[in-house]
Amino acid sequence: MKIVAVTACPTGIAHTYMAAEALEIAAEEAGHTLTVETQGSAGSTPLTAEQLAEADAAIFAADVEVRDKERFAHLPLVQVGVKKAISGAPGLIAQAEQAAAEAPARTAAPATAGGGSPATPAGAKAPAGPGAASRVRAWLMTGVSFVIPFVAAGGLLIALGFALGGYQINLPEDEPLYETILSGGFDAGSLTAWGALAFGIGSAAFNFLVPVLSGYIAYAMADRPALVPGFVGGAIAVTTGAGFLGGLVSGFVAGGLVMWIKTWRVPRALAGIMPVVVIPLISTAVVGLLMYVVVGRPIAAATDGLTNWLNGLSGTNAVLLGLLLGLMMCFDMGGPVNKAAYTFAVAGLTTASPTALTIMAAVMAAGMVPPLAMALATVVRRSLFTDVERENGRAAWLLGASFISEGAIPFAAADPFRVIPAIMAGGAVTGALSMAFGATLRAPHGGVFVVPLMGNPLGFLAAVVIGTVVATALVVALKSFARRRPAGSGAEPAGDTAGGTDGGTDGGTDGETDGGAPAEPSRAGAATTAGASA
Amino acid sequence: MTTSTALITADLVDLDLPAGDRAAAVRSLAERLVAAGRVSDLEQFLADVEAREAQMPTGLEGGIGIPHCRSAAVTVPTLGFGRSAAGVDFGAEDGPADLVFLIAAPAGGGDEHMTVLAALARRLMRSSFKDTLRQATDAAQAADFIAKEVSA
Repeated sequence: MKIVAVTACPTGIAHTYMAAEALEIAAEEAGHTLTVETQGSAGSTPLTAEQLAEADAAIFAADVEVRDKERFAHLPLVQVGVKKAISGAPGLIAQAEQAAAEAPARTAAPATAGGGSPATPAGAKAPAGPGAASRVRAWLMTGVSFVIPFVAAGGLLIALGFALGGYQINLPEDEPLYETILSGGFDAGSLTAWGALAFGIGSAAFNFLVPVLSGYIAYAMADRPALVPGFVGGAIAVTTGAGFLGGLVSGFVAGGLVMWIKTWRVPRALAGIMPVVVIPLISTAVVGLLMYVVVGRPIAAATDGLTNWLNGLSGTNAVLLGLLLGLMMCFDMGGPVNKAAYTFAVAGLTTASPTALTIMAAVMAAGMVPPLAMALATVVRRSLFTDVERENGRAAWLLGASFISEGAIPFAAADPFRVIPAIMAGGAVTGALSMAFGATLRAPHGGVFVVPLMGNPLGFLAAVVIGTVVATALVVALKSFARRRPAGSGAEPAGDTAGGTDGGTDGGTDGETDGGAPAEPSRAGAATTAGASA
Repeated sequence: MTTSTALITADLVDLDLPAGDRAAAVRSLAERLVAAGRVSDLEQFLADVEAREAQMPTGLEGGIGIPHCRSAAVTVPTLGFGRSAAGVDFGAEDGPADLVFLIAAPAGGGDEHMTVLAALARRLMRSSFKDTLRQATDAAQAADFIAKEVSA
């Protein structure tokens, strides 16, 4: 049997190499061929494409993030802390044997999807393995996987805040009630105070959404030095209102920039401080400049423009307006376009005109669709989603019901070109129907918690349900279509099977191979802890 | 330039570490590194070792402790080796360590300097390596043996 392994430890001078040695000895004794990539300070010789393609199983013995994990996505994986390999290498070899035996036969498509000879997709040009599309996808999924816990924890706390404190908890916009309550000392006897607390904590978690997404995309691309420009670029995307699409831009720009800077030839004296000082400094300055000046300004202008444009539409056909607002609400979930539509609706509330109340209902209904549709999609077609996405899908039910559109961001960020059109279509249907049914709403937030405040709540709910079904059907259709294609053409190996499964083996290998996907920090983290405490 | 400097010399070996706890053992070995001119700032170096130790204990099964760090206070990749009859607790599950390897790496060291430490780390996994050090009778013999092993 052929095994590939990666060892890595925090300092990179001792455990990394001890673990490598222990694994090599144990593999030799068991009669296997094992090749180790030591991701330590002495530089690492990357595994070759052939070694990766021919391997039957992979072992990660690491207490830090394994670099370029996506290369191992096709292999059954044993993942532990680095010390586990030092003290129990023979056991790990046995586990790898077992994992390889349990993995579905890959005779039809050895090592990588897309057919052809085993070594072809990885190519000779780079040890990084799969094609450009799937590398981009792997970077995205790393960012998304780190964002999901923030979405779930923050979103559920915000929902709890609404449930306990009522929708007014976030009003008025410039000085929300929850801040006033929290700054005035905490009254443990007041339910509203608990609501304010939950909302405040949830909001704090949500403020990390875009920075974490951006930061970990950059990290996946170019390792630790890219974290700073990634996070800072994401934070600026929040400040400038560029939303998660802005965060995607900053993440990729930061990662790409750091990748490039790393190729510079620098004097030896400077080499030592490159990763700690020089790269973060230069890349952060450049990304910050881009985000403020090149991305931020036009976005602010676009938001203003959209708002003015919407204000000029007051005489338009109501159903058409609902459709338009629905499209906008679901385009960027918290980004400038969504914000323009939402602000337009909230601003109308002060006039309390009947039209304004129907607009508010349509906007909220549409904004509930993205998380609900994605939650439904993870249930009806499980195999189209990774484990972490399915977990996020569970939280998304409540997030959608609470009108927290951000619940769909992990899905949209992971696969924007299929997810965003689908949820926009669903949102448009919902917005138009809500207007057609004449549903009204006086509260600017709250989702199902404000149903009692609605006019024609049944119409509102019907609009949400129908739009959700439309969006779900579309997203499933788009994802299924995209998934079948690479198996036939080989153009995009493993690019759309998020969990790292091969296109040809359709879901069957999910459980076995997911551990190797870049989208699995939770499992990696658990393994690390276990290893460290062992 | 520094490639001619051996990873370890006889004056960096202490075959009879004074009894004491982990901090005392590390300090005792670190003082030898300072005396040899390989560590410029003792307290800074000890703080860096302790910081690494705090992340995860460096004790390994089989009576080994490998306190280590990358530190700006280190001028040359260096190994200090100590043997303790009483044992020093480095947090390994199976008890205290009788062999202590203090690994000092410069903060911005290039790859070629680190390979010697990588070679050392790999040797630590071979029981013959440990057995030889347990049986060594004088410091020079132990230092020669280690130097030869890691350069092989």
